[in-house]
Amino acid sequence: MVKSKKIVCRCEDVTEEDILHAIEEGFSDLESLKRYTGISTGPCQGKSCMLHVIRILSMATRKDVNEIGITTQRPPVNPVPLYILAGEKDES
Amino acid sequence: MKADVVVIGGGVIGLSTAYYLAKSGVEKIIVAEKKYLGSGASGRCAGGIREQFSSKPSIRLAKKSLDMYERLSDELNFNILFRQGGYLFLAFDEESMEELERDVKLQNSLNVDSVLLEPEEVKEIVPELNIDGLLGGSFNMRDGIAFPFPVVWGFARKCRKMGVEIRDFSEVSDILVRDGTVRGVKLGNEIIGADFVVNAAGGWSSQVYHMAGLEPYNKPVKHEILATEPMKPFLEPMVIDLTAGLYFNQSMRGEIIGGIGIPESPSYQMGSSLEFLEAFASRVTKLMPKLKGVKVLRQWAGLYDMTPDSLPILGETEIEGFIQANGFSGHGFMLAPIVGKLIAKLIATGESDPLLEPFKYDRFKEMDVEPEHMVVG
Ligand SMILES: Cc1cc2nc3c(=O)[nH]c(=O)nc-3n(C[C@H](O)[C@H](O)[C@H](O)COP(=O)(O)OP(=O)(O)OC[C@H]3O[C@@H](n4cnc5c(N)ncnc54)[C@H](O)[C@@H]3O)c2cc1C
Repeated sequence: MVKSKKIVCRCEDVTEEDILHAIEEGFSDLESLKRYTGISTGPCQGKSCMLHVIRILSMATRKDVNEIGITTQRPPVNPVPLYILAGEKDES
Repeated sequence: MKADVVVIGGGVIGLSTAYYLAKSGVEKIIVAEKKYLGSGASGRCAGGIREQFSSKPSIRLAKKSLDMYERLSDELNFNILFRQGGYLFLAFDEESMEELERDVKLQNSLNVDSVLLEPEEVKEIVPELNIDGLLGGSFNMRDGIAFPFPVVWGFARKCRKMGVEIRDFSEVSDILVRDGTVRGVKLGNEIIGADFVVNAAGGWSSQVYHMAGLEPYNKPVKHEILATEPMKPFLEPMVIDLTAGLYFNQSMRGEIIGGIGIPESPSYQMGSSLEFLEAFASRVTKLMPKLKGVKVLRQWAGLYDMTPDSLPILGETEIEGFIQANGFSGHGFMLAPIVGKLIAKLIATGESDPLLEPFKYDRFKEMDVEPEHMVVG
């Protein structure tokens, strides 16, 4: 029997059930939840799912949305090929 | 509130220790983590696991730990994505080559099956390498990598199931000591009594020594690391250029993960630098021209918890009940299973395993320490 699934993160194919399960297991802060479930780590980098996830987390943990906060972006290195990075060194 | 053991630090070391404590039947265990689990070096590391070390105590410990890693997915009932593609060390200068020759001999005498390789043999293992100027290498097939976060989570999940209380976002601010004995910790606004306190605070361990009034020998030093876009799987081993202090491997997701050692003075600073990107890029593109067009996607940094001899500090101190599991100097991920197990045994039975003896806090008072040379990155 196939259960109806509510997909929250399309990039990584994570359902609401997956998220609730992870929260139950103790991954109940946004940084851990993100790494554990993979939400927001795909091509869209959370643009389409992050707010959903925060809402689910807020409801499950009874924490205010503001308290949950938002995950820190890694200093965004624009994807740069290694040879360019290597070349800059040689010129200096 | 009273606990049997309070573990300070929710990284691989603290969680492994808590897991083996619970397994030994210790009842009330609390793990205190000031941020989220794995937020320290554990979630930032390269995941490398090896037996190729330069000193007997390290080799013995690392070998036992690798044995445990081979079974860890089963033990934790959690896939840690462990893969044994070997570690390939490369020497481009005489000094590094002599180091490898010495180390392989010592490793072999302790039943590690590492081998010395001629440059052409290196090329057979990784055909994409540029071997110009290469003097030789060493290889151990059994070495490998695992994904750091699943190891952290695997231990954490098991801990929770076994009744360990994991308190994340909770910082220990003081340790209570009376008559030379640990009495407890201050955790947030709470005082928690404890018979044992384990210092598994990684790069912050020196702060924890201070809390108990002990002189720390540890220093935090930043190490940077990066990940590229995914490539088709082609690279089996972890490659280490000993001359340049560079390492890289390919994760199971296909990304190239790598770093290079650049001189840093001790600090808690973890910023990313362009200097690191350039140093890594210029060396790695010479070593493996195939990587030239590959794009760097992310870079980050973590702290190495360095000791004067680059070996960890494990076991008891003059303060009764204050137990050390820190100072891993850039190779603590690979030692987590065995260290957790032996520290748990020490606490649960009072028996200090012979494997732990060389790593005692006291050794720095005697000053004739033999440093571990195989510190990479
Ligand atoms: C870039 C990089 C690459 C590496 N590559 C490898 C590798 O390939 N192989 C390998 O074996 N090792 C590697 N290492 C080293 C490895 O990451 C560490 O040795 C290992 O993770 C140490 O684990 P830990 O649990 O002791 O420390 P950590 O993971 O740092 O955990 C310590 C925890 O204690 C918490 N804490 C500190 N103070 C307090 C307090 N007062 N109260 C509560 N909590 C506190 C911190 O928040 C932290 O989460 C690498 C390290 C870095 C930085």
